[in-house]
Amino acid sequence: MTVRTSAVVLGAGHAGLAMSRCLTERSIDHVVLERGEVANSWKTERWDSLRLLTPNWQSRLPGCAYECDDPDGFMTMLEVIGFMEHYAQVISAPVETHTTVTSVRRNDDGYRIETTRGSWQCRAVVLAAGACNIPNVPRVTEALPLFVETLTPMRYRNPTQLPEGGVLLVGASSTGLQLAHEIHSSGRPVTLAVGEHVRMPRVYRGKDILWWMDAAGLLDVTWDEVDDIRRARNVPSPQLIGSVERATLDLNGLSKMGVKLVGRFAGVNGRKAQFSGSLPNVCALADLKMNRLLKTVDEWALEHDLDDAVGPVERFELTRLPASPPLSIDLGSGEIRTVIWATGFHPDYSWLDVPVLDRKGRIRHEAGVVDSPGMYLMGLNFLRRRKSSFIHGAGDDARDLSDHLLGYLDATG
Amino acid sequence: MNDKKVDNGVNVEALLGAREALRDAPEGAKFAWRATCKWISGTHSRSTVNGFFGLGTEQKHRTEFTFEADHPEIFASEDNGATPVELVLAGLASCLTAGIASVAQNRDIQLRAVTATLEGGMDIQGILGIDKDVRTGFDGIKVTYEIDADASKDDIKALVAQSQKRSAVFDIVTNPTNVTVEVV
Repeated sequence: MTVRTSAVVLGAGHAGLAMSRCLTERSIDHVVLERGEVANSWKTERWDSLRLLTPNWQSRLPGCAYECDDPDGFMTMLEVIGFMEHYAQVISAPVETHTTVTSVRRNDDGYRIETTRGSWQCRAVVLAAGACNIPNVPRVTEALPLFVETLTPMRYRNPTQLPEGGVLLVGASSTGLQLAHEIHSSGRPVTLAVGEHVRMPRVYRGKDILWWMDAAGLLDVTWDEVDDIRRARNVPSPQLIGSVERATLDLNGLSKMGVKLVGRFAGVNGRKAQFSGSLPNVCALADLKMNRLLKTVDEWALEHDLDDAVGPVERFELTRLPASPPLSIDLGSGEIRTVIWATGFHPDYSWLDVPVLDRKGRIRHEAGVVDSPGMYLMGLNFLRRRKSSFIHGAGDDARDLSDHLLGYLDATG
Repeated sequence: MNDKKVDNGVNVEALLGAREALRDAPEGAKFAWRATCKWISGTHSRSTVNGFFGLGTEQKHRTEFTFEADHPEIFASEDNGATPVELVLAGLASCLTAGIASVAQNRDIQLRAVTATLEGGMDIQGILGIDKDVRTGFDGIKVTYEIDADASKDDIKALVAQSQKRSAVFDIVTNPTNVTVEVV
Protein backbone atom coordinates (compact mmCIF):
# COMPACT_ATOMS: atom_id res chain seq x y z
CA MET A 1 0.00 0.00 0.00
CA THR A 2 1.27 3.47 -0.85
CA VAL A 3 0.25 6.49 1.23
CA ARG A 4 0.17 9.83 -0.58
CA THR A 5 1.05 13.02 1.26
CA SER A 6 2.46 16.42 0.30
CA ALA A 7 5.65 16.18 2.31
CA VAL A 8 7.65 13.58 4.17
CA VAL A 9 10.15 14.46 6.89
CA LEU A 10 12.83 11.85 7.56
CA GLY A 11 13.85 11.74 11.22
CA ALA A 12 12.03 12.70 14.45
CA GLY A 13 14.85 14.47 16.26
CA HIS A 14 14.78 18.18 17.06
CA ALA A 15 15.27 19.19 13.41
CA GLY A 16 12.55 16.93 12.02
CA LEU A 17 10.09 17.92 14.75
CA ALA A 18 10.77 21.65 14.24
CA MET A 19 10.12 21.16 10.53
CA SER A 20 6.93 19.20 11.26
CA ARG A 21 5.64 22.05 13.40
CA CYS A 22 6.38 24.60 10.63
CA LEU A 23 4.69 22.42 7.99
CA THR A 24 1.60 22.12 10.23
CA GLU A 25 1.54 25.91 10.66
CA ARG A 26 1.55 26.23 6.89
CA SER A 27 -1.23 23.62 6.55
CA ILE A 28 1.01 21.25 4.60
CA ASP A 29 -0.08 17.64 5.13
CA HIS A 30 2.94 15.53 5.96
CA VAL A 31 4.30 12.61 7.91
CA VAL A 32 7.52 12.21 9.93
CA LEU A 33 9.23 8.85 9.43
CA GLU A 34 11.45 7.64 12.27
CA ARG A 35 13.55 4.45 12.31
CA GLY A 36 13.15 4.16 16.10
CA GLU A 37 11.31 6.46 18.46
CA VAL A 38 11.24 10.23 18.92
CA ALA A 39 14.75 11.40 19.92
CA ASN A 40 16.13 8.02 18.90
CA SER A 41 19.82 8.95 18.70
CA TRP A 42 19.60 10.66 22.10
CA LYS A 43 18.10 7.46 23.50
CA THR A 44 20.41 4.92 21.95
CA GLU A 45 23.69 6.53 20.83
CA ARG A 46 24.89 8.69 23.74
CA TRP A 47 27.06 7.96 26.76
CA ASP A 48 25.56 7.92 30.27
CA SER A 49 27.05 11.11 31.73
CA LEU A 50 26.49 13.32 28.68
CA ARG A 51 24.66 16.62 29.09
CA LEU A 52 23.80 19.06 26.32
CA LEU A 53 26.60 21.54 25.71
CA THR A 54 24.00 24.29 25.20
CA PRO A 55 22.37 25.86 28.28
CA ASN A 56 18.69 25.18 29.02
CA TRP A 57 17.49 28.58 27.84
CA GLN A 58 18.71 27.59 24.38
CA SER A 59 16.54 24.45 24.42
CA ARG A 60 13.76 26.02 22.45
CA LEU A 61 11.95 24.92 19.34
CA PRO A 62 9.22 26.68 17.31
CA GLY A 63 6.32 27.28 19.69
CA CYS A 64 8.04 25.85 22.75
CA ALA A 65 10.55 27.61 25.03
CA TYR A 66 12.28 26.16 28.09
CA GLU A 67 9.97 26.75 31.05
CA CYS A 68 11.80 25.36 34.08
CA ASP A 69 13.69 27.17 36.82
CA ASP A 70 17.30 26.54 35.75
CA PRO A 71 17.92 28.47 32.52
CA ASP A 72 21.73 28.27 32.90
CA GLY A 73 21.83 24.51 33.56
CA PHE A 74 22.50 21.74 31.06
CA MET A 75 20.03 18.93 30.32
CA THR A 76 20.92 15.31 30.97
CA MET A 77 20.09 12.86 28.19
CA LEU A 78 16.92 11.79 30.04
CA GLU A 79 15.85 15.42 30.19
CA VAL A 80 16.57 15.92 26.48
CA ILE A 81 14.50 12.87 25.63
CA GLY A 82 11.67 14.12 27.87
CA PHE A 83 11.87 17.56 26.25
CA MET A 84 11.62 16.11 22.73
CA GLU A 85 8.83 13.69 23.58
CA HIS A 86 6.91 16.53 25.20
CA TYR A 87 7.48 18.69 22.12
CA ALA A 88 6.32 15.96 19.73
CA GLN A 89 3.10 15.71 21.77
CA VAL A 90 2.51 19.46 22.07
CA ILE A 91 2.81 19.98 18.33
CA SER A 92 0.91 16.73 17.54
CA ALA A 93 3.67 15.66 15.19
CA PRO A 94 2.45 12.95 12.80
CA VAL A 95 5.35 10.60 13.58
CA GLU A 96 5.47 7.04 12.23
CA THR A 97 7.87 5.31 14.61
CA HIS A 98 9.85 2.12 13.97
CA THR A 99 9.74 2.91 10.27
CA THR A 100 13.14 2.58 8.67
CA VAL A 101 13.57 4.18 5.26
CA THR A 102 15.19 1.80 2.80
CA SER A 103 15.05 3.96 -0.32
CA VAL A 104 14.15 7.43 -1.59
CA ARG A 105 13.66 7.72 -5.36
CA ARG A 106 12.61 10.56 -7.60
CA ASN A 107 9.67 9.93 -9.98
CA ASP A 108 7.22 11.97 -12.05
CA ASP A 109 5.08 12.80 -8.99
CA GLY A 110 7.97 13.77 -6.74
CA TYR A 111 9.53 11.21 -4.45
CA ARG A 112 8.73 7.63 -3.60
CA ILE A 113 9.88 6.48 -0.20
CA GLU A 114 10.16 2.80 0.64
CA THR A 115 10.28 1.78 4.29
CA THR A 116 10.11 -1.35 6.42
CA ARG A 117 6.45 -0.39 7.03
CA GLY A 118 5.12 0.47 3.59
CA SER A 119 5.60 3.14 0.94
CA TRP A 120 4.94 6.85 0.79
CA GLN A 121 4.57 9.06 -2.27
CA CYS A 122 5.20 12.76 -1.72
CA ARG A 123 6.05 15.93 -3.62
CA ALA A 124 8.57 17.25 -1.13
CA VAL A 125 10.97 15.50 1.20
CA VAL A 126 12.99 16.88 4.12
CA LEU A 127 16.14 15.04 5.17
CA ALA A 128 16.41 15.54 8.94
CA ALA A 129 18.09 12.33 10.02
CA GLY A 130 21.07 14.18 11.46
CA ALA A 131 24.74 14.64 10.69
CA CYS A 132 26.06 12.12 13.19
CA ASN A 133 24.86 8.73 11.94
CA ILE A 134 28.22 7.04 11.37
CA PRO A 135 31.39 7.57 13.41
CA ASN A 136 34.45 8.59 11.40
CA VAL A 137 37.00 5.84 11.88
CA PRO A 138 40.26 6.20 9.97
CA ARG A 139 41.29 3.22 7.89
CA VAL A 140 44.45 2.91 9.97
CA THR A 141 42.34 1.23 12.66
CA GLU A 142 42.92 -2.02 10.75
CA ALA A 143 46.67 -1.70 11.34
CA LEU A 144 46.29 -1.69 15.13
CA PRO A 145 47.42 -4.86 16.96
CA LEU A 146 44.56 -7.26 17.70
CA PHE A 147 45.02 -7.04 21.48
CA VAL A 148 44.12 -3.35 21.37
CA GLU A 149 40.36 -2.83 21.59
CA THR A 150 38.77 -0.08 19.54
CA LEU A 151 35.59 1.83 20.27
CA THR A 152 33.64 4.81 18.99
CA PRO A 153 31.73 7.34 21.11
CA MET A 154 28.50 5.90 19.70
CA ARG A 155 29.02 2.62 21.54
CA TYR A 156 30.74 4.13 24.57
CA ARG A 157 28.53 4.32 27.70
CA ASN A 158 30.89 4.57 30.69
CA PRO A 159 34.45 3.59 31.67
CA THR A 160 33.44 0.23 33.20
CA GLN A 161 32.99 -1.26 29.72
CA LEU A 162 36.69 -0.69 28.99
CA PRO A 163 39.47 -3.07 30.01
CA GLU A 164 41.76 -1.85 32.79
CA GLY A 165 44.82 -0.10 31.42
CA GLY A 166 45.73 2.82 29.21
CA VAL A 167 43.43 4.46 26.70
CA LEU A 168 44.44 6.37 23.59
CA LEU A 169 41.71 8.87 22.82
CA VAL A 170 41.95 10.26 19.32
CA GLY A 171 40.28 13.65 18.87
CA ALA A 172 40.14 16.70 21.12
CA SER A 173 36.79 18.28 20.37
CA SER A 174 33.91 18.26 22.83
CA THR A 175 33.49 14.47 22.83
CA GLY A 176 37.20 13.64 23.10
CA LEU A 177 37.71 15.99 26.04
CA GLN A 178 34.73 14.71 27.99
CA LEU A 179 35.67 11.08 27.49
CA ALA A 180 39.32 11.81 28.36
CA HIS A 181 38.20 13.42 31.62
CA GLU A 182 35.80 10.63 32.59
CA ILE A 183 38.02 7.73 31.59
CA HIS A 184 41.18 9.13 33.15
CA SER A 185 39.22 9.73 36.38
CA SER A 186 38.28 6.04 36.37
CA GLY A 187 41.93 5.07 36.81
CA ARG A 188 42.64 4.29 33.15
CA PRO A 189 45.52 6.57 32.12
CA VAL A 190 44.54 8.55 29.02
CA THR A 191 46.74 9.75 26.19
CA LEU A 192 44.88 12.34 24.09
CA ALA A 193 45.80 12.84 20.43
CA VAL A 194 45.08 16.47 19.60
CA GLY A 195 44.46 17.81 16.10
CA GLU A 196 42.81 21.10 15.18
CA HIS A 197 40.29 22.15 17.76
CA VAL A 198 38.15 25.10 18.87
CA ARG A 199 38.89 26.31 22.40
CA MET A 200 36.32 28.31 24.40
CA PRO A 201 35.76 29.02 28.09
CA ARG A 202 32.37 27.81 29.37
CA VAL A 203 31.78 31.04 31.29
CA TYR A 204 33.28 34.39 30.31
CA ARG A 205 32.95 37.55 32.41
CA GLY A 206 30.21 35.80 34.39
CA LYS A 207 28.08 34.80 31.40
CA ASP A 208 27.91 31.59 29.38
CA ILE A 209 30.03 31.95 26.23
CA LEU A 210 27.00 30.93 24.17
CA TRP A 211 25.06 33.79 25.81
CA TRP A 212 27.71 36.18 24.50
CA MET A 213 27.73 34.61 21.04
CA ASP A 214 23.94 34.73 20.90
CA ALA A 215 23.71 38.31 22.19
CA ALA A 216 26.42 39.56 19.83
CA GLY A 217 24.67 37.92 16.89
CA LEU A 218 27.50 35.50 16.13
CA LEU A 219 25.20 32.47 16.19
CA ASP A 220 22.85 34.13 13.70
CA VAL A 221 25.54 34.77 11.08
CA THR A 222 24.23 33.27 7.84
CA TRP A 223 25.91 31.12 5.22
CA ASP A 224 26.15 34.00 2.73
CA GLU A 225 27.82 36.32 5.27
CA VAL A 226 31.00 34.27 5.81
CA ASP A 227 34.07 34.32 3.53
CA ASP A 228 34.30 30.60 2.98
CA ILE A 229 31.22 28.58 3.87
CA ARG A 230 32.95 25.27 3.10
CA ARG A 231 35.55 26.01 5.73
CA ALA A 232 32.92 27.27 8.20
CA ARG A 233 30.98 24.01 7.84
CA ASN A 234 34.09 21.99 8.66
CA VAL A 235 34.94 23.78 11.91
CA PRO A 236 35.05 21.19 14.70
CA SER A 237 32.57 21.41 17.58
CA PRO A 238 33.83 23.75 20.33
CA GLN A 239 35.48 22.28 23.42
CA LEU A 240 32.42 22.95 25.59
CA ILE A 241 30.84 20.65 28.13
CA GLY A 242 27.60 20.83 30.05
CA SER A 243 27.97 20.24 33.78
CA VAL A 244 26.25 21.20 37.02
CA GLU A 245 29.29 23.32 37.93
CA ARG A 246 29.28 25.13 34.54
CA ALA A 247 32.93 24.12 34.39
CA THR A 248 35.39 24.80 31.60
CA LEU A 249 37.19 21.69 30.39
CA ASP A 250 40.30 22.41 28.34
CA LEU A 251 43.64 20.81 27.54
CA ASN A 252 45.34 22.58 30.47
CA GLY A 253 42.77 21.09 32.86
CA LEU A 254 43.34 17.63 31.44
CA SER A 255 47.13 18.01 31.63
CA LYS A 256 46.82 18.96 35.28
CA MET A 257 44.87 15.73 35.92
CA GLY A 258 47.68 13.75 34.32
CA VAL A 259 46.25 13.20 30.84
CA LYS A 260 49.16 12.98 28.37
CA LEU A 261 48.85 15.19 25.28
CA VAL A 262 50.25 14.07 21.93
CA GLY A 263 49.87 15.39 18.37
CA ARG A 264 47.30 14.37 15.79
CA PHE A 265 47.21 10.60 15.23
CA ALA A 266 49.43 10.21 12.17
CA GLY A 267 49.58 6.47 11.56
CA VAL A 268 50.74 3.06 12.67
CA ASN A 269 54.21 1.83 11.80
CA GLY A 270 54.66 -1.79 12.86
CA ARG A 271 53.55 -1.70 16.49
CA LYS A 272 54.21 2.00 16.91
CA ALA A 273 51.38 4.52 16.91
CA GLN A 274 52.76 7.75 15.48
CA PHE A 275 51.71 11.30 16.23
CA SER A 276 52.23 14.52 14.36
CA GLY A 277 54.78 17.09 15.47
CA SER A 278 52.22 19.82 14.83
CA LEU A 279 50.80 19.88 18.40
CA PRO A 280 52.29 23.30 19.30
CA ASN A 281 50.79 24.85 16.18
CA VAL A 282 47.27 23.41 16.54
CA CYS A 283 47.26 24.69 20.13
CA ALA A 284 48.58 28.11 19.05
CA LEU A 285 45.85 28.32 16.39
CA ALA A 286 43.17 27.48 18.99
CA ASP A 287 44.53 29.96 21.57
CA LEU A 288 44.72 32.77 19.01
CA LYS A 289 41.24 32.01 17.72
CA MET A 290 39.79 31.95 21.24
CA ASN A 291 41.36 35.33 21.98
CA ARG A 292 39.89 36.76 18.76
CA LEU A 293 36.45 35.57 19.89
CA LEU A 294 36.93 37.09 23.37
CA LYS A 295 38.09 40.36 21.79
CA THR A 296 34.95 40.44 19.64
CA VAL A 297 32.87 39.84 22.76
CA ASP A 298 34.72 42.61 24.68
CA GLU A 299 34.21 45.09 21.86
CA TRP A 300 30.53 44.24 21.69
CA ALA A 301 30.14 44.59 25.47
CA LEU A 302 31.81 48.02 25.39
CA GLU A 303 29.62 49.16 22.50
CA HIS A 304 26.50 48.11 24.38
CA ASP A 305 27.52 49.68 27.71
CA LEU A 306 27.62 46.31 29.42
CA ASP A 307 31.01 46.69 31.06
CA ASP A 308 29.54 47.52 34.47
CA ALA A 309 26.92 44.76 34.31
CA VAL A 310 29.32 41.90 33.66
CA GLY A 311 32.61 40.68 35.11
CA PRO A 312 36.01 42.12 34.18
CA VAL A 313 37.83 41.26 30.95
CA GLU A 314 39.62 37.92 31.28
CA ARG A 315 42.36 36.21 29.32
CA PHE A 316 43.16 32.55 29.92
CA GLU A 317 46.45 30.77 30.23
CA LEU A 318 47.75 29.69 26.84
CA THR A 319 47.78 25.94 26.26
CA ARG A 320 50.70 24.47 28.17
CA LEU A 321 52.64 21.69 26.46
CA PRO A 322 55.61 19.57 27.42
CA ALA A 323 58.87 20.66 25.73
CA SER A 324 58.91 17.54 23.54
CA PRO A 325 55.56 15.76 23.35
CA PRO A 326 56.05 12.09 22.42
CA LEU A 327 55.88 11.37 18.67
CA SER A 328 55.09 7.69 19.07
CA ILE A 329 53.83 5.07 21.50
CA ASP A 330 54.83 1.42 21.40
CA LEU A 331 51.49 -0.40 21.23
CA GLY A 332 53.34 -3.64 21.88
CA SER A 333 54.29 -2.50 25.39
CA GLY A 334 50.74 -2.99 26.65
CA GLU A 335 50.60 0.65 27.76
CA ILE A 336 47.54 1.19 25.55
CA ARG A 337 44.67 -1.30 25.87
CA THR A 338 41.94 0.67 24.14
CA VAL A 339 41.82 3.15 21.28
CA ILE A 340 38.73 5.38 21.10
CA TRP A 341 38.08 7.23 17.84
CA ALA A 342 36.49 10.54 18.83
CA THR A 343 37.13 11.77 15.32
CA GLY A 344 33.69 13.01 14.40
CA PHE A 345 30.75 11.59 12.51
CA HIS A 346 29.20 11.71 9.08
CA PRO A 347 25.65 11.27 7.83
CA ASP A 348 24.33 8.00 6.39
CA TYR A 349 22.83 8.47 2.92
CA SER A 350 22.94 4.80 1.90
CA TRP A 351 19.15 4.83 1.38
CA LEU A 352 19.20 7.92 -0.82
CA ASP A 353 18.78 6.90 -4.46
CA VAL A 354 18.69 10.44 -5.84
CA PRO A 355 21.90 11.67 -7.52
CA VAL A 356 22.60 14.62 -5.20
CA LEU A 357 25.92 13.57 -3.64
CA ASP A 358 29.20 15.23 -4.53
CA ARG A 359 32.45 13.28 -4.93
CA LYS A 360 33.03 13.43 -1.16
CA GLY A 361 29.60 11.91 -0.48
CA ARG A 362 28.10 15.19 0.75
CA ILE A 363 24.71 16.43 -0.38
CA ARG A 364 24.81 19.23 -2.94
CA HIS A 365 22.66 22.01 -1.51
CA GLU A 366 22.41 25.77 -1.15
CA ALA A 367 21.68 26.50 2.53
CA GLY A 368 19.45 23.44 2.87
CA VAL A 369 17.74 23.65 -0.53
CA VAL A 370 19.01 20.45 -2.14
CA ASP A 371 20.01 20.21 -5.78
CA SER A 372 16.86 18.20 -6.56
CA PRO A 373 13.47 19.98 -6.78
CA GLY A 374 11.40 19.66 -3.61
CA MET A 375 14.19 18.17 -1.50
CA TYR A 376 15.46 19.88 1.65
CA LEU A 377 18.15 19.25 4.24
CA MET A 378 18.19 20.08 7.98
CA GLY A 379 20.47 19.90 11.00
CA LEU A 380 23.94 20.10 9.42
CA ASN A 381 26.76 22.25 10.73
CA PHE A 382 26.28 25.87 9.48
CA LEU A 383 23.56 24.75 7.07
CA ARG A 384 22.01 28.25 6.98
CA ARG A 385 23.39 29.85 10.15
CA ARG A 386 26.19 29.26 12.61
CA LYS A 387 23.57 27.85 15.02
CA SER A 388 22.07 25.41 12.47
CA SER A 389 23.32 22.28 14.22
CA PHE A 390 22.22 23.49 17.66
CA ILE A 391 18.77 22.57 18.98
CA HIS A 392 17.64 26.20 19.00
CA GLY A 393 19.06 26.65 15.52
CA ALA A 394 16.48 24.30 14.00
CA GLY A 395 13.63 26.79 14.41
CA ASP A 396 14.82 29.53 12.07
CA ASP A 397 16.04 27.00 9.50
CA ALA A 398 12.71 25.14 9.60
CA ARG A 399 10.80 28.41 9.13
CA ASP A 400 12.94 29.44 6.14
CA LEU A 401 12.95 26.03 4.49
CA SER A 402 9.24 25.36 5.07
CA ASP A 403 8.51 28.72 3.39
CA HIS A 404 10.59 27.62 0.43
CA LEU A 405 8.86 24.22 0.46
CA LEU A 406 5.43 25.86 0.51
CA GLY A 407 6.46 28.04 -2.44
CA TYR A 408 7.62 24.95 -4.30
CA LEU A 409 4.32 23.10 -3.68
CA ASP A 410 2.31 26.16 -4.79
CA ALA A 411 4.40 26.70 -7.91
CA THR A 412 4.26 23.08 -9.04
CA GLY A 413 0.77 22.26 -7.73
CA MET B 1 43.07 48.89 7.87
CA ASN B 2 45.13 51.32 5.80
CA ASP B 3 44.04 52.79 2.49
CA LYS B 4 47.20 51.91 0.60
CA LYS B 5 46.93 48.79 -1.45
CA VAL B 6 48.73 45.92 0.25
CA ASP B 7 51.37 44.40 -2.00
CA ASN B 8 53.56 41.53 -0.85
CA GLY B 9 54.19 40.46 -4.43
CA VAL B 10 51.71 37.60 -4.18
CA ASN B 11 48.99 37.14 -6.78
CA VAL B 12 46.28 36.02 -4.39
CA GLU B 13 43.53 36.28 -7.01
CA ALA B 14 45.34 33.71 -9.15
CA LEU B 15 45.79 31.39 -6.15
CA LEU B 16 42.15 31.66 -5.11
CA GLY B 17 41.09 31.16 -8.74
CA ALA B 18 43.21 28.03 -8.95
CA ARG B 19 41.67 26.73 -5.73
CA GLU B 20 38.17 27.25 -7.10
CA ALA B 21 39.03 25.64 -10.46
CA LEU B 22 40.79 22.63 -8.92
CA ARG B 23 37.94 21.99 -6.51
CA ASP B 24 35.86 20.99 -9.51
CA ALA B 25 38.73 19.30 -11.35
CA PRO B 26 40.65 17.44 -8.63
CA GLU B 27 42.70 15.45 -11.17
CA GLY B 28 44.56 18.63 -12.11
CA ALA B 29 45.61 19.04 -8.49
CA LYS B 30 47.78 15.94 -8.61
CA PHE B 31 51.41 17.07 -8.78
CA ALA B 32 54.70 15.17 -8.75
CA TRP B 33 57.89 16.97 -7.67
CA ARG B 34 61.24 15.59 -8.78
CA ALA B 35 64.92 15.96 -8.16
CA THR B 36 67.95 14.13 -9.50
CA CYS B 37 71.21 13.84 -7.62
CA LYS B 38 74.66 12.92 -8.91
CA TRP B 39 77.57 11.88 -6.76
CA ILE B 40 80.67 13.99 -7.38
CA SER B 41 83.26 12.69 -4.92
CA GLY B 42 83.45 11.81 -1.26
CA THR B 43 80.33 13.24 0.46
CA HIS B 44 79.93 15.91 -2.23
CA SER B 45 76.90 15.60 -4.51
CA ARG B 46 74.93 17.89 -6.81
CA SER B 47 71.14 17.83 -7.05
CA THR B 48 69.22 19.24 -9.98
CA VAL B 49 65.58 20.20 -10.30
CA ASN B 50 63.90 21.11 -13.53
CA GLY B 51 60.79 19.24 -14.63
CA PHE B 52 57.73 18.43 -12.57
CA PHE B 53 54.21 17.22 -13.26
CA GLY B 54 51.07 19.23 -12.55
CA LEU B 55 47.75 20.49 -13.95
CA GLY B 56 47.55 17.28 -15.93
CA THR B 57 50.79 17.73 -17.87
CA GLU B 58 54.60 17.94 -17.73
CA GLN B 59 55.85 21.33 -16.53
CA LYS B 60 59.28 22.97 -16.48
CA HIS B 61 60.98 25.49 -14.21
CA ARG B 62 62.00 28.73 -15.95
CA THR B 63 65.55 27.46 -15.68
CA GLU B 64 67.35 24.49 -14.15
CA PHE B 65 68.42 24.88 -10.50
CA THR B 66 71.26 23.02 -8.82
CA PHE B 67 72.16 22.50 -5.16
CA GLU B 68 75.55 21.49 -3.88
CA ALA B 69 75.64 19.34 -0.78
CA ASP B 70 78.56 18.10 1.24
CA HIS B 71 79.70 17.62 4.82
CA PRO B 72 81.85 20.13 6.75
CA GLU B 73 85.56 19.82 7.31
CA ILE B 74 85.19 18.66 10.92
CA PHE B 75 83.64 15.52 9.38
CA ALA B 76 86.82 15.12 7.34
CA SER B 77 84.97 16.33 4.25
CA GLU B 78 85.65 19.18 1.84
CA ASP B 79 82.63 21.36 2.64
CA ASN B 80 81.64 22.00 -0.98
CA GLY B 81 78.06 22.81 -0.02
CA ALA B 82 75.40 22.84 2.65
CA THR B 83 74.87 19.65 4.62
CA PRO B 84 71.71 17.83 3.53
CA VAL B 85 70.05 18.53 6.90
CA GLU B 86 70.67 22.24 6.39
CA LEU B 87 68.91 21.95 3.04
CA VAL B 88 65.94 20.49 4.94
CA LEU B 89 65.95 23.52 7.24
CA ALA B 90 66.16 25.81 4.21
CA GLY B 91 63.22 23.99 2.62
CA LEU B 92 61.12 24.34 5.76
CA ALA B 93 62.00 28.03 6.16
CA SER B 94 61.24 28.87 2.52
CA CYS B 95 57.95 26.99 2.60
CA LEU B 96 56.75 28.72 5.80
CA THR B 97 57.92 32.12 4.58
CA ALA B 98 56.14 31.76 1.23
CA GLY B 99 53.03 30.83 3.18
CA ILE B 100 53.36 33.88 5.41
CA ALA B 101 53.54 36.19 2.38
CA SER B 102 50.50 34.56 0.77
CA VAL B 103 48.37 34.56 3.91
CA ALA B 104 49.40 38.16 4.67
CA GLN B 105 48.36 39.24 1.17
CA ASN B 106 45.03 37.45 1.56
CA ARG B 107 44.47 39.12 4.95
CA ASP B 108 45.49 42.59 3.68
CA ILE B 109 48.60 42.75 5.85
CA GLN B 110 51.59 44.62 4.38
CA LEU B 111 54.90 42.92 5.18
CA ARG B 112 58.08 44.99 5.39
CA ALA B 113 60.61 42.43 6.59
CA VAL B 114 60.43 38.74 7.43
CA THR B 115 63.40 36.82 8.82
CA ALA B 116 63.33 33.23 9.96
CA THR B 117 66.11 31.67 12.01
CA LEU B 118 66.11 27.89 12.25
CA GLU B 119 67.91 25.45 14.44
CA GLY B 120 67.62 21.68 14.32
CA GLY B 121 69.15 19.82 17.23
CA MET B 122 70.92 16.56 16.58
CA ASP B 123 72.91 14.06 18.62
CA ILE B 124 75.31 12.58 16.08
CA GLN B 125 75.71 9.42 18.17
CA GLY B 126 72.70 8.36 16.11
CA ILE B 127 74.38 8.85 12.71
CA LEU B 128 77.57 7.27 13.95
CA GLY B 129 75.74 4.23 15.34
CA ILE B 130 77.18 4.73 18.82
CA ASP B 131 73.83 4.53 20.63
CA LYS B 132 70.80 2.89 19.05
CA ASP B 133 68.46 4.75 21.42
CA VAL B 134 69.51 8.06 19.89
CA ARG B 135 67.46 9.21 16.94
CA THR B 136 69.38 9.68 13.68
CA GLY B 137 67.46 12.75 12.58
CA PHE B 138 66.68 16.01 14.33
CA ASP B 139 65.51 15.72 17.93
CA GLY B 140 63.52 18.89 17.29
CA ILE B 141 63.44 21.98 15.09
CA LYS B 142 63.09 25.50 16.44
CA VAL B 143 61.95 28.22 14.06
CA THR B 144 62.06 31.87 15.17
CA TYR B 145 60.41 34.57 13.08
CA GLU B 146 61.09 38.27 13.23
CA ILE B 147 58.37 40.02 11.27
CA ASP B 148 57.89 43.73 10.60
CA ALA B 149 54.35 44.23 9.29
CA ASP B 150 51.29 46.48 9.53
CA ALA B 151 49.48 44.26 12.01
CA SER B 152 49.12 43.51 15.71
CA LYS B 153 51.35 40.97 17.42
CA ASP B 154 48.46 38.48 17.62
CA ASP B 155 47.59 38.97 13.94
CA ILE B 156 51.22 38.29 13.04
CA LYS B 157 51.21 35.17 15.23
CA ALA B 158 48.02 34.07 13.46
CA LEU B 159 49.74 34.55 10.08
CA VAL B 160 52.60 32.30 11.13
CA ALA B 161 50.22 29.70 12.59
CA GLN B 162 48.07 29.63 9.45
CA SER B 163 51.20 29.29 7.31
CA GLN B 164 52.24 26.17 9.26
CA LYS B 165 48.79 24.70 8.75
CA ARG B 166 49.11 24.99 4.97
CA SER B 167 52.84 24.27 4.57
CA ALA B 168 53.86 21.17 2.63
CA VAL B 169 57.32 20.96 4.16
CA PHE B 170 55.94 21.50 7.68
CA ASP B 171 53.64 18.55 7.03
CA ILE B 172 56.49 16.47 5.62
CA VAL B 173 58.71 17.01 8.65
CA THR B 174 55.99 16.72 11.30
CA ASN B 175 54.22 13.63 9.92
CA PRO B 176 55.45 10.21 8.82
CA THR B 177 55.88 9.67 5.07
CA ASN B 178 56.35 6.35 3.32
CA VAL B 179 59.66 6.36 1.49
CA THR B 180 60.60 3.63 -0.97
CA VAL B 181 64.11 3.47 -2.32
CA GLU B 182 64.85 1.16 -5.26
CA VAL B 183 67.96 0.27 -7.14
CA VAL B 184 67.54 -0.18 -10.91
